Amino acid sequence: MQVIPVTAVHRGFGQTSRKDAWWAAPLGVFLGLSAFVVYATWAAFQGEHYHFGPYLSPFYAPELWGASPHAWFGPKPAWWPAVVPFSPALLILPFPGGFRFTCYYYRGAYYKAFWADPPSCAVGEPRKSYLGENSFPLILQNAHRFFMWVAIIFIGFLAYDVWVAMWFTNDTTGVKEFGLGVGTIVLAVNVGLLGSYTWGCHVLRHVVGGRKDEISKSPVCDLAYSCVTSLNVRHQLFAWCSLFSVMGADVYVRLCSMGIITDLRLF
Amino acid sequence: MSQATFRIWRSEPGGGAGKFVDYTTEISEGMVVLDAVHKVQAEQAPDLACRWNCKAGKCGSCSAEINGKPRLMCMSRLNSLDLTEPVTVEPMRTFPLIKDLVTDVSWNFRVKKGLKKFKPRQPDAADGTWRMAQRDVDRVQEFRKCIECFLCQDVCHVLRDHDKHEEFIGPRFLLYSAALEMHPLDSDDRLQDLKDQNGIGYCNITKCCTKVCPEHIHITDNAIIPLKERVVDRFYDPVTRLLRMITG
Repeated sequence: MQVIPVTAVHRGFGQTSRKDAWWAAPLGVFLGLSAFVVYATWAAFQGEHYHFGPYLSPFYAPELWGASPHAWFGPKPAWWPAVVPFSPALLILPFPGGFRFTCYYYRGAYYKAFWADPPSCAVGEPRKSYLGENSFPLILQNAHRFFMWVAIIFIGFLAYDVWVAMWFTNDTTGVKEFGLGVGTIVLAVNVGLLGSYTWGCHVLRHVVGGRKDEISKSPVCDLAYSCVTSLNVRHQLFAWCSLFSVMGADVYVRLCSMGIITDLRLF
Repeated sequence: MSQATFRIWRSEPGGGAGKFVDYTTEISEGMVVLDAVHKVQAEQAPDLACRWNCKAGKCGSCSAEINGKPRLMCMSRLNSLDLTEPVTVEPMRTFPLIKDLVTDVSWNFRVKKGLKKFKPRQPDAADGTWRMAQRDVDRVQEFRKCIECFLCQDVCHVLRDHDKHEEFIGPRFLLYSAALEMHPLDSDDRLQDLKDQNGIGYCNITKCCTKVCPEHIHITDNAIIPLKERVVDRFYDPVTRLLRMITG
C-alpha cells in the first residue's frame, strides 16, 4: 500500500481551500477586543468623571480609595508612592481582566485572532512550533478558577451599586429618596449581563456539579449544574454582551459626569 | 439537469504529491457531493478512489474536505454549495494519503488501543447488576453519538499543523476518555494519563472540532473542558490539593 506522508500536503500561513470569509470572525474578535482594551486602559487611567450622583462606573467598582462619595476607605491613601499613577480603577481592574483573559471562550477566540494559532479552522498557521497550554506560560491559564471566585464577589459589589443608584439626593432637602434613572437601568442591565457571563463560567459548571460522576445523588448540585449549564450554552453571547455593556455603562456615567448628556429620571 | 465542476484531488501514481483535476458533470436536485464523486467515478475517472459506505451520515467513512472544510461527503448537499465555481474535494489532510480521497486513519485505532478501557465498579446488587440514574447516563450519552469520522481529528490544528500525533490523542479520544471518565459506573482513573501521555494541555480550545462534528456533539464544552478542569483539580490547584489532603 502506497502511503504519502501527510507532510507532503501541508500548507503555509493563511493558505486554505476555504472559500468562505474565514477571516471575518477572527478580525471581528481582534477589533472588538482591541477596542475594549484601548478604551478600558484609557478610562482606567483617567481617574475622573467615573461617578455621577448615585452612579459609579463599573470600571471603578468597588472603589476602595478615591475622590468620590462611593469610596470605601476615603481618598487616595498617603502611603501611595508618588511615582505610581493613582486611579481607583487600577486597584481592581486586574481581577475582572484576569477573569476574562483566562476565560475558556476568550482563550479560544484570541488565540485565533491575535496569535493565529490557528487563524481559523483549517487555515494554515504562521509557525511550526507549538506548546499549547501544556507548559509555561500558557499553563498559567489554569488559574481561571481563582479569578472566577473574585469575579463572583464583584458581581455582588456591582449589584449593590445598582441599589445605591436607586437613591437620589434631593437638591432642596438634601435627603436621599428612592428613584429610577436611565443610569440605574444602564447599570442594572450591565450587572445582569455580567452575572449571566460569570455564572455561566465553565469552571463554575465544574465546581457546582461537573466534577461529580453521579450528580443525581446531590439534588442541590444537580439543580445548580443545570442552571449554570443553561447559561454556559450562551457563554460566548454573554461574554460579548457584557464586554460592551460594561464599556457602555462607563461611557454613560462619564458623559453624564462631563455634562455632555443629561440623565433622565423616570420617577 | 445542470452542470457543476468538481476539483478533485488526485494522487500521482507511484506516490507523487498529487494535483487537483477538474471534472464537470451533470447534477440534479437532491444530490450530495458523494453522489457527484460517484458520477465522476462512473463516467470519467473509474480509477478515482473514494471511501464510503452508508451514505446516511452514520458510518463516518466518506470524510473529506469540501471547499476547504472538513465534512462528510454524503451529508454535503450540492444546493448548499456555490456551484458557479469549482467545488474542491480533497482528502483529510491530517492523515497519510493512500490514494485520491482515501486516507490512512489507522493511527486513530492505535491511539484507542492505548487508552484505559471501561472498568465498572463492583456490582450494586447481589445478582451482579448495577443501578445508575438516567440523569447521570444522559450526560455521557451525548459522547456515544460519535461515528468516528475523524473530522475533528482532521481539523484540530495540534495534529493538522503541528503533527503532535505522538503526544496528543486529539478531540475524538478526549471525547472517548470523557465518556469513560465521567461514566457513573466507571472506577478507573485517567487523569494522570490525560495530563502526561494524552496531552490534554495541548488543546487551546479553538472549538474547531465542535464546529465540524456531523453529530453536533459539544466536544469542547461538554467533554474537553470538563476533563481539563478535572486535571486542574488534581494537578494545578493548590487549594483543592490541600482540601484533598485534609479530607483524605
